[in-house]
Amino acid sequence: MVAEKSSAKNISVTLRVWRQAGPAQPGKFVDYPAKDLNPNMSFLEMLDVINDGLEQKGEEPISFAHDCREGICGTCSLVINGKPHGPNKSIASCQTYMRSFSDGEVIVVEPFRAAPFPIVKDLVTDRSAFDKIQQAGGFISIRTGAACDANATPIPKEVADLAMDAAQCIGCGACVAACKNSSAMLFVSAKVSQLGLLPQGQPERDSRVLNMVATMDSLGFGNCTNQYECSAACPKAVSHDFIARMNRDYITASFRSAFRPKSAAAGDGA
Amino acid sequence: MAQLSSNIPSGPLADKWRKYKTEIKLVNPANKRKYKVIVVGAGLAGSSASATLAELGYQVETFVFHDSPRRAHSIAAQGGINAAKNYQNDGDSVYRLFYDTLKGGDYRAREANVHRLAEVSVNIIDQCVAQGVPFAREYGGLLANRSFGGAQVSRTFYARGQTGQQLLLGAYSALSKMVGQGGVKLHVNSEMLDLVVIDGVAKGIIVRDLVTGAITRHSADAVILATGGYGNVFNLSTYARGSNCTAIWRAYKRGACLANPCYTQIHPTCIPVSGDYQSKLTLMSESLRNDGRIWVPKKKEDCKKPPADIAEEDRDYYLERIYPSFGNLAPRDVASRAAKRMCDEGRGVGETGLGVYLDFAEAIERYGQQVANRNHLENPSKEKIRELGEAAVKERYGNLFDIYHEITNESAYKQPMRIYPAVHYTMGGLWVDYNLMSNVPGLFVLGEANFSDHGANRLGASALMQGLADGYFVVPYTIGNYLAGIKPGTRPTPDAPEFKAAEQHIRDFNNRLLNAKGKEPVNHFHKKLGKLMWDYCGMARTKEGLEKALVEIPKLREEFWANVNVPGSGETLNQALERAGRVADFIELGELMCRDALTREESCGGHFREEYQWPDGECKRDDEKFAHAAAWEFQGEGKTPLRNIEPLNYEFTKMSVRSYK
Repeated sequence: MVAEKSSAKNISVTLRVWRQAGPAQPGKFVDYPAKDLNPNMSFLEMLDVINDGLEQKGEEPISFAHDCREGICGTCSLVINGKPHGPNKSIASCQTYMRSFSDGEVIVVEPFRAAPFPIVKDLVTDRSAFDKIQQAGGFISIRTGAACDANATPIPKEVADLAMDAAQCIGCGACVAACKNSSAMLFVSAKVSQLGLLPQGQPERDSRVLNMVATMDSLGFGNCTNQYECSAACPKAVSHDFIARMNRDYITASFRSAFRPKSAAAGDGA
Repeated sequence: MAQLSSNIPSGPLADKWRKYKTEIKLVNPANKRKYKVIVVGAGLAGSSASATLAELGYQVETFVFHDSPRRAHSIAAQGGINAAKNYQNDGDSVYRLFYDTLKGGDYRAREANVHRLAEVSVNIIDQCVAQGVPFAREYGGLLANRSFGGAQVSRTFYARGQTGQQLLLGAYSALSKMVGQGGVKLHVNSEMLDLVVIDGVAKGIIVRDLVTGAITRHSADAVILATGGYGNVFNLSTYARGSNCTAIWRAYKRGACLANPCYTQIHPTCIPVSGDYQSKLTLMSESLRNDGRIWVPKKKEDCKKPPADIAEEDRDYYLERIYPSFGNLAPRDVASRAAKRMCDEGRGVGETGLGVYLDFAEAIERYGQQVANRNHLENPSKEKIRELGEAAVKERYGNLFDIYHEITNESAYKQPMRIYPAVHYTMGGLWVDYNLMSNVPGLFVLGEANFSDHGANRLGASALMQGLADGYFVVPYTIGNYLAGIKPGTRPTPDAPEFKAAEQHIRDFNNRLLNAKGKEPVNHFHKKLGKLMWDYCGMARTKEGLEKALVEIPKLREEFWANVNVPGSGETLNQALERAGRVADFIELGELMCRDALTREESCGGHFREEYQWPDGECKRDDEKFAHAAAWEFQGEGKTPLRNIEPLNYEFTKMSVRSYK
């Protein structure tokens, strides 16, 4: 593998990039040549170089969302050659390297496309819908300072590990962009599962899943039709099994909320 | 001259915080809702403070330049968070965590602040577990720990290699809950560009909406900055590309003192630089040093050989050799300088010669043997042991090995990682007293943005601890004490003349950038600044080099304003404009860092002056002259800033030569 790296030659590609000045303006593809690229350059570094050239000429650089550049903040959100986060599995756009492309290739770069993620400019979209879903129930209501000792409740390692598998979601939205229905169910189920698996999450388990799903629906995300494109595109390989888990939780919670006797004290705003 | 009173409570060290909490003024619940607090930043410190203050009943407005609070760079912290829980029964205590942190900081932090940090560390773990943070657990269901540099106990809690992510998402969930309940008004894509000070008191901020370009004024009874560190002054660092110094720098220009800006942490285990197009350096968590062994070839001529061809006796495990009692877990500054020394001797590895090996072969063998024994395998083959060992290492560090592979295209299971030090954290920051309030009343500073707890060097897994301590457990008390002294309802309106003047100042500043219409992109200047800073104010500093930088940086500043090209307008999303403003501030901050490094004529922690070292190359402090924090005060554009001093008094511990041998 080392030999492959040191012997690799620089490549040149053509970028076909979606440019759109604002949410209301029409967009179009524009070609940019990118020459003599070191294959160990990251895809975003390649965009930096193109942008430096544009700025030097006084032209507006290509807007793209990015921050940590190590695959954890969930900001980067490119569709590269038709795939959210590009050709490689289980990584974010920022972890895509030019060695994944061949000399002379035309690379098509687009924003995540989904109705609940309106385009802000060029390759940048508005994913605030995800925050709204979180605010509807993606938490355990514990006031600061009210916690008991951390080891008071042992949690089996397998349960903690499974919760961690779900908790890895970086909130990038690739699952939505990959889904023909623009479904956010992988994202929502990851949080519902993480908190629903843990003992601390039990008191609000029903209200959490009901509220998060209702908010998800109201924001225009579609439903799951079991194609699993979401987990295939997920940079953290979050499993679609969590969607099944959420569906079970949702059905149980719906029944319970329909038949549960209501306390006279509930809802008086105390 | 600024008044710098640390306001440390009197009494025995271990009683100070308890005593403080019983004596402070409180705000009654009906009055809390009359006060508005602005929080800038939504990393660990900002999110935890926002959520907690809103739970208490204050009106909170939180501003974050990211498109969501969950993007803040706390998310990228890998290894873990320290807490003096002593769950391992290995002799840990609040005092030991305090002592390790103080010593790790090379006796350049305040005793009282550090002790408070160690005290509340235990509450943080309780809080996070209650929020549903899925920390690593043992088979019995209890929390697991690992070791980090500068400590001889296992007190680090972790969630795989993504501890920062899980803690931030915990704080983000608390924040989201309060946003959903209306307790916090959240402004995303909103960058603070100025602090508004009225009659010497912080009363609000000026903000640019990064999407619409709108510049708005916001008033409050107190302002909290939790805007992170300024390591991107070096251009290449492990920081996120968006991390910047703008909020603290502009507060500095409004009168807040900036303390010890030269204290920067260079992390020993990062993936080496590979080319000049590079935008980012990637950390390999310090937790890897639990199991990885660091070495270079003994002989220069072996450096270009494949590592497998270098015999065991020809390898120099230099950390184990020089620091036998801490070995590969020597603190970051010590380990970084040792790596630099090896490379300076010509024994560095990799194409550039700027790299050392971090080798897991022994750990793979050891774990493989352990698993084989546990499973009662009789005479397992070497291959079988290797296979079992690789699986065990994968469970511990798999995601880090994956990241390494993505970036370098090399497998660290099969050959040692190549690592080299890189800029990772800044211990310096805005000066704050024991209340975490700056010398500008009403301006509080939390987390990496302040200078308070890590002295001249931060130990691993202590940044997460400090961010959450400040936000969850310190500022909610101290800000109440401050607000109790302000009459409710006296908050100025954002139409006050000071607000309008600050807004105009920002409009003019941005227009100047947009109208420069020079020939070079912003990155050109950022790269040049980064190189100057790395060469002259990096891992090793000299009087001569710093003086040179103090000539070169002002020239770069002039060149920037004359020749930068920022296309587009200020009325829409304009990422070039965002970067331009930040780089303009970095250039000025870089100059101040060099000035601070030049005047601190000693070596301590992350600040290494070549003139001041022991014969073995270790830091030589000068406690007579420099046992103080240097808090720089802005004196006006083009004027030399004033160096104020806060003496550090060590009442409870003895300042000693820091040894890890």
